[in-house]
Amino acid sequence: MKEAGLKPHKQANRYSAKDDVKQNVTVKRVPAAQRSGRVGLIKRLRNYFALHFHVLTTTLSQLGRALMGNFMTAVVIGISLALPAALHVFLNKVESLGAAWQESAQISLFLQPNISAQNSTQLMNELKSWPEIDSLEYISPEQALEDFRQNSGLGDALAMLDDNPLPGVVVVSPTMAHQNPAAAESLLERLRQRPEVDLAQLDLEWVQRLHGLIGLAERVVLVLGGLLALAVLFVIGNTIRLAIQNRHDEIEVIKLIGGSDAFVRRPFLYNGMWFGLFGSLLAWLLVNILLMVLDGPVRQLAELYDSQFSLGLVDIKTTLLLLLLGPLLGLVGAWLVTGRRLRVIEPA
Amino acid sequence: MIHFSKVTKRYPNGFEALVDVSLHIKKAEMVFLTGHSGAGKSTLLKMIPLIERPSAGQVIIDDKHLGRVKRRQIPALRRDIGIIFQDSKLLNDRNVFDNVALPLLVSGEHHPREVGRRVRAALDKVGLLNRENDFPVYLSGGERQRVGIARAVVNRPKVLIADEPTGNLDPVLSREIMSLFEQFNQVGVTLLIASHDLELIGSLNKRIVSIRNGRMLADEGGRVEAAQTG
Repeated sequence: MKEAGLKPHKQANRYSAKDDVKQNVTVKRVPAAQRSGRVGLIKRLRNYFALHFHVLTTTLSQLGRALMGNFMTAVVIGISLALPAALHVFLNKVESLGAAWQESAQISLFLQPNISAQNSTQLMNELKSWPEIDSLEYISPEQALEDFRQNSGLGDALAMLDDNPLPGVVVVSPTMAHQNPAAAESLLERLRQRPEVDLAQLDLEWVQRLHGLIGLAERVVLVLGGLLALAVLFVIGNTIRLAIQNRHDEIEVIKLIGGSDAFVRRPFLYNGMWFGLFGSLLAWLLVNILLMVLDGPVRQLAELYDSQFSLGLVDIKTTLLLLLLGPLLGLVGAWLVTGRRLRVIEPA
Repeated sequence: MIHFSKVTKRYPNGFEALVDVSLHIKKAEMVFLTGHSGAGKSTLLKMIPLIERPSAGQVIIDDKHLGRVKRRQIPALRRDIGIIFQDSKLLNDRNVFDNVALPLLVSGEHHPREVGRRVRAALDKVGLLNRENDFPVYLSGGERQRVGIARAVVNRPKVLIADEPTGNLDPVLSREIMSLFEQFNQVGVTLLIASHDLELIGSLNKRIVSIRNGRMLADEGGRVEAAQTG
Protein backbone atom coordinates (compact mmCIF):
# COMPACT_ATOMS: atom_id res chain seq x y z
CA MET A 1 0.00 0.00 0.00
CA LYS A 2 2.67 2.41 1.07
CA GLU A 3 4.90 1.70 -1.93
CA ALA A 4 1.98 1.95 -4.29
CA GLY A 5 1.15 5.29 -2.77
CA LEU A 6 4.66 6.57 -3.08
CA LYS A 7 5.35 5.56 -6.66
CA PRO A 8 3.05 7.99 -8.45
CA HIS A 9 4.51 10.74 -6.31
CA LYS A 10 7.99 9.89 -7.43
CA GLN A 11 6.88 9.89 -11.02
CA ALA A 12 5.20 13.23 -10.54
CA ASN A 13 8.41 14.37 -8.99
CA ARG A 14 10.44 13.55 -12.07
CA TYR A 15 7.77 14.91 -14.34
CA SER A 16 7.50 18.23 -12.53
CA ALA A 17 11.21 18.76 -12.50
CA LYS A 18 11.14 18.74 -16.28
CA ASP A 19 8.29 20.98 -17.27
CA ASP A 20 5.43 22.16 -15.05
CA VAL A 21 5.77 24.83 -12.37
CA LYS A 22 2.48 23.90 -10.69
CA GLN A 23 3.75 20.41 -10.04
CA ASN A 24 6.44 21.87 -7.82
CA VAL A 25 3.86 22.06 -5.04
CA THR A 26 3.62 18.26 -5.10
CA VAL A 27 7.39 18.02 -5.13
CA LYS A 28 7.61 19.96 -1.92
CA ARG A 29 4.89 17.94 -0.27
CA VAL A 30 6.48 14.54 -0.79
CA PRO A 31 9.39 14.88 1.60
CA ALA A 32 7.10 16.55 4.13
CA ALA A 33 4.72 13.60 4.08
CA GLN A 34 7.62 11.20 4.44
CA ARG A 35 8.97 13.17 7.34
CA SER A 36 5.80 13.53 9.33
CA GLY A 37 5.33 10.24 11.18
CA ARG A 38 8.58 8.37 11.52
CA VAL A 39 11.11 11.13 11.87
CA GLY A 40 8.88 12.81 14.45
CA LEU A 41 8.97 9.69 16.57
CA ILE A 42 12.73 9.33 16.23
CA LYS A 43 13.20 12.96 17.17
CA ARG A 44 10.91 12.55 20.15
CA LEU A 45 12.76 9.42 21.30
CA ARG A 46 16.08 11.15 20.81
CA ASN A 47 14.82 14.11 22.79
CA TYR A 48 13.54 11.79 25.52
CA PHE A 49 16.88 10.04 25.95
CA ALA A 50 18.81 13.29 25.65
CA LEU A 51 16.63 14.74 28.42
CA HIS A 52 17.20 11.80 30.73
CA PHE A 53 20.89 11.68 29.98
CA HIS A 54 21.08 15.39 30.74
CA VAL A 55 19.29 14.98 34.09
CA LEU A 56 21.41 11.91 34.86
CA THR A 57 24.68 13.76 34.39
CA THR A 58 23.63 17.06 35.98
CA THR A 59 22.26 15.39 39.12
CA LEU A 60 25.44 13.34 39.39
CA SER A 61 27.65 16.42 39.12
CA GLN A 62 25.44 18.21 41.66
CA LEU A 63 25.98 15.33 44.10
CA GLY A 64 29.71 15.67 43.54
CA ARG A 65 29.59 19.30 44.65
CA ALA A 66 28.62 18.45 48.25
CA LEU A 67 30.71 15.31 48.31
CA MET A 68 31.20 14.83 52.05
CA GLY A 69 27.58 15.23 53.12
CA ASN A 70 26.28 13.06 50.30
CA PHE A 71 28.92 10.43 51.01
CA MET A 72 27.78 10.21 54.63
CA THR A 73 24.17 9.75 53.52
CA ALA A 74 25.31 6.99 51.17
CA VAL A 75 27.23 5.33 54.03
CA VAL A 76 24.12 5.29 56.24
CA ILE A 77 22.16 3.70 53.39
CA GLY A 78 25.06 1.31 52.71
CA ILE A 79 25.24 0.06 56.29
CA SER A 80 21.47 -0.32 56.48
CA LEU A 81 21.51 -2.45 53.33
CA ALA A 82 24.70 -4.32 54.27
CA LEU A 83 23.25 -5.83 57.45
CA PRO A 84 20.42 -7.85 55.89
CA ALA A 85 22.57 -8.54 52.82
CA ALA A 86 25.35 -10.01 54.96
CA LEU A 87 22.94 -12.20 56.92
CA HIS A 88 21.35 -13.36 53.68
CA VAL A 89 24.73 -14.30 52.22
CA PHE A 90 25.77 -16.18 55.40
CA LEU A 91 22.54 -18.13 55.45
CA ASN A 92 22.98 -19.05 51.81
CA LYS A 93 26.46 -20.38 52.53
CA VAL A 94 25.36 -22.36 55.60
CA GLU A 95 22.39 -23.72 53.68
CA SER A 96 24.60 -24.95 50.86
CA LEU A 97 26.80 -26.61 53.46
CA GLY A 98 23.76 -28.31 55.02
CA ALA A 99 22.61 -29.45 51.59
CA ALA A 100 25.98 -31.08 50.98
CA TRP A 101 25.60 -33.05 54.18
CA GLN A 102 22.02 -33.92 53.42
CA GLU A 103 23.20 -35.76 50.32
CA SER A 104 25.01 -38.25 52.52
CA ALA A 105 21.94 -38.96 54.63
CA GLN A 106 21.91 -42.59 55.75
CA ILE A 107 19.54 -44.68 57.77
CA SER A 108 20.92 -47.10 60.32
CA LEU A 109 18.80 -50.15 61.11
CA PHE A 110 19.70 -51.80 64.43
CA LEU A 111 18.41 -55.36 64.17
CA GLN A 112 16.80 -57.37 66.94
CA PRO A 113 19.59 -58.94 69.07
CA ASN A 114 18.26 -62.46 68.78
CA ILE A 115 17.91 -62.45 65.01
CA SER A 116 19.71 -65.19 63.07
CA ALA A 117 22.28 -64.58 60.36
CA GLN A 118 19.92 -66.21 57.89
CA ASN A 119 17.11 -63.85 58.76
CA SER A 120 19.30 -60.81 58.35
CA THR A 121 20.50 -62.02 54.91
CA GLN A 122 16.87 -62.47 53.95
CA LEU A 123 16.10 -58.91 55.05
CA MET A 124 19.04 -57.63 53.05
CA ASN A 125 17.86 -59.37 49.89
CA GLU A 126 14.39 -57.98 50.30
CA LEU A 127 15.52 -54.42 50.91
CA LYS A 128 17.76 -54.55 47.82
CA SER A 129 14.63 -54.72 45.67
CA TRP A 130 13.17 -51.46 47.10
CA PRO A 131 13.38 -48.72 44.52
CA GLU A 132 14.06 -46.05 47.15
CA ILE A 133 17.26 -47.69 48.27
CA ASP A 134 20.51 -47.09 46.50
CA SER A 135 22.87 -49.34 48.45
CA LEU A 136 23.04 -51.41 51.60
CA GLU A 137 25.85 -52.36 53.93
CA TYR A 138 25.61 -55.06 56.57
CA ILE A 139 27.71 -54.80 59.70
CA SER A 140 27.60 -58.04 61.65
CA PRO A 141 27.72 -57.99 65.46
CA GLU A 142 31.26 -59.41 65.33
CA GLN A 143 32.50 -56.75 62.95
CA ALA A 144 30.81 -54.05 65.03
CA LEU A 145 32.54 -55.33 68.14
CA GLU A 146 35.88 -55.33 66.34
CA ASP A 147 35.38 -51.73 65.13
CA PHE A 148 34.34 -50.64 68.56
CA ARG A 149 37.35 -52.30 70.15
CA GLN A 150 39.72 -50.50 67.79
CA ASN A 151 38.07 -47.08 67.93
CA SER A 152 36.89 -46.71 71.49
CA GLY A 153 40.04 -47.64 73.39
CA LEU A 154 37.92 -49.82 75.64
CA GLY A 155 39.37 -53.05 74.23
CA ASP A 156 40.42 -54.45 77.60
CA ALA A 157 37.05 -53.84 79.16
CA LEU A 158 35.29 -55.47 76.21
CA ALA A 159 37.45 -58.55 76.59
CA MET A 160 35.84 -59.13 79.94
CA LEU A 161 32.36 -59.53 78.36
CA ASP A 162 31.41 -63.14 77.71
CA ASP A 163 28.74 -62.17 75.20
CA ASN A 164 28.70 -59.73 72.28
CA PRO A 165 26.20 -57.03 73.33
CA LEU A 166 26.14 -55.32 69.92
CA PRO A 167 23.35 -55.95 67.41
CA GLY A 168 23.78 -56.37 63.67
CA VAL A 169 23.39 -53.14 61.75
CA VAL A 170 22.22 -52.46 58.18
CA VAL A 171 23.28 -49.07 56.79
CA VAL A 172 20.77 -47.95 54.16
CA SER A 173 21.68 -45.24 51.64
CA PRO A 174 18.60 -43.84 49.91
CA THR A 175 18.72 -42.98 46.21
CA MET A 176 19.27 -39.30 45.29
CA ALA A 177 15.55 -38.82 44.78
CA HIS A 178 14.77 -39.93 48.33
CA GLN A 179 17.35 -37.92 50.17
CA ASN A 180 15.21 -34.87 50.86
CA PRO A 181 13.97 -34.72 54.45
CA ALA A 182 10.34 -35.71 53.74
CA ALA A 183 11.15 -38.72 51.53
CA ALA A 184 13.87 -39.92 53.87
CA GLU A 185 11.42 -39.64 56.74
CA SER A 186 8.76 -41.79 55.02
CA LEU A 187 11.39 -44.38 54.11
CA LEU A 188 12.50 -44.39 57.73
CA GLU A 189 8.93 -45.00 58.83
CA ARG A 190 8.53 -47.98 56.50
CA LEU A 191 11.76 -49.52 57.68
CA ARG A 192 10.71 -49.09 61.28
CA GLN A 193 7.66 -51.31 60.60
CA ARG A 194 9.87 -54.31 59.82
CA PRO A 195 9.79 -56.92 62.62
CA GLU A 196 13.53 -57.59 62.26
CA VAL A 197 14.31 -53.96 63.03
CA ASP A 198 14.73 -53.00 66.64
CA LEU A 199 15.60 -49.36 66.05
CA ALA A 200 15.77 -47.26 62.86
CA GLN A 201 17.61 -44.01 62.98
CA LEU A 202 18.04 -41.31 60.36
CA ASP A 203 21.63 -40.21 60.63
CA LEU A 204 22.15 -36.48 60.43
CA GLU A 205 18.74 -35.79 61.82
CA TRP A 206 20.36 -32.63 62.97
CA VAL A 207 20.67 -31.60 59.32
CA GLN A 208 16.91 -31.33 59.36
CA ARG A 209 17.03 -29.30 62.52
CA LEU A 210 19.58 -27.08 60.86
CA HIS A 211 17.19 -26.65 57.95
CA GLY A 212 14.50 -25.68 60.40
CA LEU A 213 16.77 -23.15 62.04
CA ILE A 214 17.81 -21.72 58.69
CA GLY A 215 14.16 -21.37 57.72
CA LEU A 216 13.56 -19.41 60.90
CA ALA A 217 16.66 -17.29 60.39
CA GLU A 218 15.58 -16.55 56.81
CA ARG A 219 12.30 -15.24 58.12
CA VAL A 220 14.16 -13.06 60.61
CA VAL A 221 16.39 -11.73 57.81
CA LEU A 222 13.30 -10.98 55.73
CA VAL A 223 11.65 -9.01 58.54
CA LEU A 224 14.89 -7.25 59.44
CA GLY A 225 15.54 -6.50 55.77
CA GLY A 226 12.05 -5.09 55.41
CA LEU A 227 12.54 -2.82 58.41
CA LEU A 228 15.92 -1.62 57.21
CA ALA A 229 14.57 -1.06 53.69
CA LEU A 230 11.94 1.14 55.31
CA ALA A 231 14.71 2.99 57.13
CA VAL A 232 16.55 3.50 53.82
CA LEU A 233 13.31 4.81 52.31
CA PHE A 234 13.01 7.39 55.07
CA VAL A 235 16.69 8.38 54.97
CA ILE A 236 16.48 9.02 51.23
CA GLY A 237 13.10 10.71 51.59
CA ASN A 238 14.48 13.06 54.22
CA THR A 239 17.60 13.83 52.17
CA ILE A 240 15.45 14.68 49.16
CA ARG A 241 13.15 16.78 51.34
CA LEU A 242 16.17 18.82 52.47
CA ALA A 243 17.37 19.11 48.88
CA ILE A 244 13.96 20.53 47.89
CA GLN A 245 14.21 23.07 50.70
CA ASN A 246 17.71 24.08 49.59
CA ARG A 247 16.63 24.55 46.00
CA HIS A 248 13.38 26.34 46.67
CA ASP A 249 14.44 29.40 44.63
CA GLU A 250 15.63 27.30 41.72
CA ILE A 251 12.34 25.41 41.63
CA GLU A 252 10.50 28.74 41.55
CA VAL A 253 12.58 30.00 38.62
CA ILE A 254 12.10 26.79 36.66
CA LYS A 255 8.35 26.98 37.20
CA LEU A 256 8.40 30.63 36.08
CA ILE A 257 9.95 29.77 32.76
CA GLY A 258 7.42 27.02 32.15
CA GLY A 259 8.88 23.91 33.76
CA SER A 260 6.16 21.30 34.25
CA ASP A 261 5.71 19.42 37.52
CA ALA A 262 7.37 16.40 35.92
CA PHE A 263 10.35 18.48 34.78
CA VAL A 264 10.84 19.89 38.28
CA ARG A 265 10.43 16.49 39.88
CA ARG A 266 12.72 14.50 37.61
CA PRO A 267 16.11 15.64 39.03
CA PHE A 268 14.96 14.79 42.56
CA LEU A 269 13.90 11.32 41.49
CA TYR A 270 17.28 10.79 39.87
CA ASN A 271 18.89 12.15 43.02
CA GLY A 272 17.12 9.50 45.11
CA MET A 273 18.11 6.82 42.64
CA TRP A 274 21.76 7.86 42.84
CA PHE A 275 21.69 7.69 46.64
CA GLY A 276 20.18 4.20 46.44
CA LEU A 277 22.74 3.07 43.87
CA PHE A 278 25.75 4.39 45.77
CA GLY A 279 24.32 3.01 49.01
CA SER A 280 23.91 -0.46 47.54
CA LEU A 281 27.40 -0.33 46.00
CA LEU A 282 28.78 0.52 49.42
CA ALA A 283 26.72 -2.27 50.99
CA TRP A 284 28.11 -4.74 48.44
CA LEU A 285 31.62 -3.60 49.26
CA LEU A 286 31.01 -3.85 53.02
CA VAL A 287 29.63 -7.38 52.79
CA ASN A 288 32.57 -8.47 50.65
CA ILE A 289 35.02 -6.98 53.15
CA LEU A 290 33.19 -8.78 55.96
CA LEU A 291 33.37 -12.08 54.07
CA MET A 292 37.08 -11.63 53.43
CA VAL A 293 37.78 -10.81 57.07
CA LEU A 294 35.84 -13.88 58.28
CA ASP A 295 37.10 -16.24 55.58
CA GLY A 296 40.36 -17.13 57.37
CA PRO A 297 38.82 -18.21 60.71
CA VAL A 298 35.97 -20.01 58.94
CA ARG A 299 38.45 -21.93 56.79
CA GLN A 300 40.42 -22.97 59.89
CA LEU A 301 37.26 -24.11 61.60
CA ALA A 302 36.17 -26.06 58.53
CA GLU A 303 39.55 -27.77 58.31
CA LEU A 304 39.01 -29.16 61.81
CA TYR A 305 35.99 -30.93 60.37
CA ASP A 306 37.93 -32.11 57.30
CA SER A 307 35.94 -29.70 55.12
CA GLN A 308 37.10 -27.47 52.26
CA PHE A 309 34.35 -24.97 53.08
CA SER A 310 35.16 -21.30 52.55
CA LEU A 311 32.99 -18.20 52.39
CA GLY A 312 34.10 -16.76 49.04
CA LEU A 313 32.52 -13.48 47.86
CA VAL A 314 28.96 -12.26 47.38
CA ASP A 315 27.26 -14.34 44.70
CA ILE A 316 25.98 -12.84 41.45
CA LYS A 317 22.30 -13.21 42.37
CA THR A 318 22.65 -11.33 45.64
CA THR A 319 24.80 -8.69 43.94
CA LEU A 320 22.18 -8.06 41.27
CA LEU A 321 19.40 -8.03 43.86
CA LEU A 322 21.28 -5.48 45.93
CA LEU A 323 22.12 -3.25 42.96
CA LEU A 324 18.49 -3.35 41.81
CA LEU A 325 16.85 -2.91 45.18
CA GLY A 326 19.00 0.07 46.25
CA PRO A 327 18.13 2.38 43.34
CA LEU A 328 14.50 1.24 43.48
CA LEU A 329 14.27 2.17 47.17
CA GLY A 330 15.87 5.52 46.35
CA LEU A 331 13.41 6.17 43.56
CA VAL A 332 10.40 5.26 45.70
CA GLY A 333 11.72 7.28 48.66
CA ALA A 334 12.16 10.34 46.44
CA TRP A 335 8.80 9.76 44.77
CA LEU A 336 7.01 9.76 48.11
CA VAL A 337 8.34 13.13 49.26
CA THR A 338 8.44 15.03 45.96
CA GLY A 339 4.85 14.93 44.75
CA ARG A 340 2.93 17.30 46.98
CA ARG A 341 5.96 19.19 48.28
CA LEU A 342 6.97 20.35 44.81
CA ARG A 343 3.42 21.17 43.80
CA VAL A 344 2.96 23.68 46.60
CA ILE A 345 6.05 25.66 45.59
CA GLU A 346 4.70 28.37 43.35
CA PRO A 347 6.34 31.60 42.24
CA ALA A 348 4.91 34.62 44.05
CA MET B 1 -2.06 40.52 21.94
CA ILE B 2 -2.60 41.41 25.60
CA HIS B 3 -6.10 42.30 26.76
CA PHE B 4 -7.14 43.18 30.30
CA SER B 5 -10.83 43.91 30.69
CA LYS B 6 -12.18 45.18 34.01
CA VAL B 7 -9.58 43.26 35.98
CA THR B 8 -9.74 43.47 39.78
CA LYS B 9 -7.38 41.74 42.17
CA ARG B 10 -8.46 41.55 45.79
CA TYR B 11 -6.32 39.70 48.34
CA PRO B 12 -7.87 37.65 51.15
CA ASN B 13 -7.00 40.39 53.65
CA GLY B 14 -9.18 42.82 51.71
CA PHE B 15 -6.38 44.76 50.03
CA GLU B 16 -7.20 45.69 46.45
CA ALA B 17 -4.08 45.60 44.30
CA LEU B 18 -5.93 46.30 41.05
CA VAL B 19 -9.35 47.84 40.55
CA ASP B 20 -11.27 47.63 37.29
CA VAL B 21 -8.22 47.83 35.03
CA SER B 22 -8.76 47.62 31.28
CA LEU B 23 -5.75 47.64 28.98
CA HIS B 24 -5.27 46.58 25.39
CA ILE B 25 -1.86 46.09 23.87
CA LYS B 26 -1.57 45.35 20.18
CA LYS B 27 0.80 42.92 18.59
CA ALA B 28 4.36 44.24 18.27
CA GLU B 29 3.63 47.14 20.58
CA MET B 30 6.06 48.27 23.26
CA VAL B 31 4.33 49.63 26.36
CA PHE B 32 5.71 50.96 29.63
CA LEU B 33 3.84 50.54 32.87
CA THR B 34 4.63 53.13 35.46
CA GLY B 35 3.59 54.16 38.94
CA HIS B 36 4.87 54.24 42.50
CA SER B 37 5.95 51.06 44.16
CA GLY B 38 2.87 49.28 45.45
CA ALA B 39 0.69 50.85 42.77
CA GLY B 40 -0.09 47.46 41.26
CA LYS B 41 2.44 47.26 38.41
CA SER B 42 3.83 43.90 39.51
CA THR B 43 0.40 42.45 40.18
CA LEU B 44 -0.68 43.37 36.67
CA LEU B 45 2.41 41.81 35.13
CA LYS B 46 2.04 38.65 37.22
CA MET B 47 -1.36 37.96 35.71
CA ILE B 48 0.10 37.46 32.25
CA PRO B 49 2.07 34.29 33.09
CA LEU B 50 -0.65 33.28 35.60
CA ILE B 51 1.47 33.80 38.70
CA GLU B 52 -1.65 35.58 39.96
CA ARG B 53 -5.24 35.14 38.86
CA PRO B 54 -7.71 38.05 38.83
CA SER B 55 -10.52 38.15 41.38
CA ALA B 56 -12.77 39.59 38.69
CA GLY B 57 -12.45 40.48 35.05
CA GLN B 58 -10.73 38.80 32.15
CA VAL B 59 -7.22 38.51 30.77
CA ILE B 60 -6.67 37.33 27.22
CA ILE B 61 -3.18 36.69 25.87
CA ASP B 62 -2.78 35.87 22.20
CA ASP B 63 -6.47 34.89 21.92
CA LYS B 64 -6.21 32.64 24.97
CA HIS B 65 -8.61 33.24 27.88
CA LEU B 66 -6.42 32.83 30.93
CA GLY B 67 -9.44 32.18 33.12
CA ARG B 68 -9.93 28.92 31.27
CA VAL B 69 -6.32 27.77 31.58
CA LYS B 70 -6.09 24.88 34.02
CA ARG B 71 -3.21 24.39 36.42
CA ARG B 72 -1.69 21.66 34.27
CA GLN B 73 -1.66 23.94 31.24
CA ILE B 74 0.19 26.80 32.94
CA PRO B 75 3.74 25.56 32.13
CA ALA B 76 2.95 25.46 28.39
CA LEU B 77 1.53 28.99 28.61
CA ARG B 78 4.61 30.33 30.37
CA ARG B 79 6.92 28.88 27.73
CA ASP B 80 5.43 31.31 25.23
CA ILE B 81 6.13 34.31 27.43
CA GLY B 82 9.56 35.71 28.21
CA ILE B 83 9.88 37.09 31.72
CA ILE B 84 12.61 39.43 32.93
CA PHE B 85 13.00 40.22 36.62
CA GLN B 86 14.59 43.08 38.50
CA ASP B 87 17.06 40.71 40.19
CA SER B 88 17.52 38.64 37.00
CA LYS B 89 16.85 35.38 38.96
CA LEU B 90 19.74 33.40 37.47
CA LEU B 91 20.63 30.00 38.90
CA ASN B 92 23.99 30.40 40.62
CA ASP B 93 24.98 26.75 40.45
CA ARG B 94 25.29 26.72 36.66
CA ASN B 95 27.12 28.80 34.13
CA VAL B 96 25.76 31.40 31.72
CA PHE B 97 25.27 28.90 28.92
CA ASP B 98 23.25 26.50 31.08
CA ASN B 99 21.17 29.34 32.49
CA VAL B 100 20.20 30.52 29.03
CA ALA B 101 19.62 26.94 27.84
CA LEU B 102 17.14 26.24 30.63
CA PRO B 103 13.96 27.39 28.80
CA LEU B 104 14.93 25.19 25.84
CA LEU B 105 15.35 22.14 28.08
CA VAL B 106 12.07 22.96 29.79
CA SER B 107 10.22 23.04 26.48
CA GLY B 108 11.72 19.74 25.37
CA GLU B 109 14.59 20.76 23.10
CA HIS B 110 17.59 18.72 24.15
CA HIS B 111 19.57 18.21 21.01
CA PRO B 112 23.00 19.61 21.90
CA ARG B 113 23.61 21.15 18.48
CA GLU B 114 20.24 22.93 18.37
CA VAL B 115 20.53 24.07 22.00
CA GLY B 116 24.05 25.37 21.40
CA ARG B 117 23.01 27.24 18.27
CA ARG B 118 20.06 29.00 19.89
CA VAL B 119 21.80 29.77 23.19
CA ARG B 120 24.71 31.38 21.33
CA ALA B 121 22.32 33.33 19.12
CA ALA B 122 20.61 34.72 22.25
CA LEU B 123 23.92 35.48 23.97
CA ASP B 124 25.18 37.15 20.81
CA LYS B 125 22.12 39.42 20.78
CA VAL B 126 22.89 40.67 24.31
CA GLY B 127 26.63 40.85 23.58
CA LEU B 128 27.80 38.19 26.03
CA LEU B 129 28.94 35.49 23.65
CA ASN B 130 32.37 35.39 25.27
CA ARG B 131 31.00 34.82 28.79
CA GLU B 132 29.11 31.57 28.25
CA ASN B 133 31.32 29.56 30.59
CA ASP B 134 31.26 32.03 33.46
CA PHE B 135 29.14 31.59 36.55
CA PRO B 136 26.63 34.32 37.47
CA VAL B 137 28.59 35.35 40.59
CA TYR B 138 31.44 36.57 38.38
CA LEU B 139 29.19 38.84 36.32
CA SER B 140 28.41 42.50 36.93
CA GLY B 141 24.82 43.65 37.54
CA GLY B 142 24.37 44.74 33.95
CA GLU B 143 25.79 41.49 32.61
CA ARG B 144 23.54 39.44 34.86
CA GLN B 145 20.54 41.35 33.62
CA ARG B 146 21.58 40.77 30.02
CA VAL B 147 21.92 37.03 30.69
CA GLY B 148 18.39 37.19 32.14
CA ILE B 149 17.22 38.81 28.93
CA ALA B 150 18.98 36.20 26.80
CA ARG B 151 17.20 33.52 28.83
CA ALA B 152 13.86 35.25 28.28
CA VAL B 153 14.25 35.45 24.50
CA VAL B 154 16.01 32.16 23.76
CA ASN B 155 12.64 30.47 23.13
CA ARG B 156 11.64 33.33 20.76
CA PRO B 157 8.49 34.26 22.69
CA LYS B 158 5.90 36.56 21.13
CA VAL B 159 5.41 38.38 24.42
CA LEU B 160 8.11 39.73 26.70
CA ILE B 161 7.30 41.16 30.12
CA ALA B 162 9.83 42.86 32.37
CA ASP B 163 9.40 43.97 35.99
CA GLU B 164 11.77 46.88 36.77
CA PRO B 165 14.50 45.44 34.54
CA THR B 166 16.74 48.46 35.13
CA GLY B 167 15.89 48.93 38.79
CA ASN B 168 19.37 47.99 39.97
CA LEU B 169 21.37 49.55 37.13
CA ASP B 170 23.01 52.91 36.52
CA PRO B 171 21.65 55.18 33.73
CA VAL B 172 24.17 54.10 31.09
CA LEU B 173 23.49 50.41 31.57
CA SER B 174 19.77 51.10 31.76
CA ARG B 175 19.88 52.78 28.36
CA GLU B 176 21.67 49.75 26.91
CA ILE B 177 19.00 47.41 28.27
CA MET B 178 16.23 49.60 26.86
CA SER B 179 17.81 49.72 23.42
CA LEU B 180 17.95 45.92 23.51
CA PHE B 181 14.22 45.91 24.18
CA GLU B 182 13.69 48.26 21.26
CA GLN B 183 15.57 45.85 19.01
CA PHE B 184 13.29 43.00 20.04
CA ASN B 185 10.29 45.21 19.46
CA GLN B 186 11.50 45.99 15.95
CA VAL B 187 11.39 42.29 15.03
CA GLY B 188 7.75 42.02 16.18
CA VAL B 189 7.94 41.09 19.86
CA THR B 190 5.21 42.58 22.08
CA LEU B 191 6.72 44.11 25.22
CA LEU B 192 5.22 45.25 28.50
CA ILE B 193 7.79 46.81 30.80
CA ALA B 194 7.17 48.03 34.33
CA SER B 195 9.48 50.87 35.32
CA HIS B 196 9.42 53.95 37.48
CA ASP B 197 12.41 55.52 35.73
CA LEU B 198 10.32 58.26 34.09
CA GLU B 199 13.26 60.12 32.63
CA LEU B 200 14.48 57.05 30.78
CA ILE B 201 11.16 55.79 29.47
CA GLY B 202 10.01 59.27 28.56
CA SER B 203 12.93 59.64 26.18
CA LEU B 204 11.97 56.50 24.25
CA ASN B 205 8.78 57.86 22.74
CA LYS B 206 6.63 54.82 23.47
CA ARG B 207 3.19 54.31 24.95
CA ILE B 208 3.13 54.79 28.73
CA VAL B 209 0.42 53.51 31.03
CA SER B 210 0.36 54.86 34.59
CA ILE B 211 -1.42 53.33 37.49
CA ARG B 212 -1.88 54.52 41.05
CA ASN B 213 -3.44 52.62 43.95
CA GLY B 214 -4.48 49.88 41.58
CA ARG B 215 -6.37 52.15 39.18
CA MET B 216 -5.52 53.23 35.66
CA LEU B 217 -4.50 56.86 35.72
CA ALA B 218 -3.29 57.69 32.25
CA ASP B 219 -2.62 56.01 28.92
CA GLU B 220 -0.48 58.28 26.80
CA GLY B 221 1.23 57.96 23.47
CA GLY B 222 4.67 58.48 24.92
CA ARG B 223 5.38 62.11 25.70
CA VAL B 224 7.57 63.14 28.60
CA GLU B 225 5.02 65.59 30.02
CA ALA B 226 2.26 62.99 30.11
CA ALA B 227 4.40 60.50 31.92
CA GLN B 228 5.47 62.94 34.55
CA THR B 229 1.91 63.73 35.53
CA GLY B 230 1.51 60.03 36.42
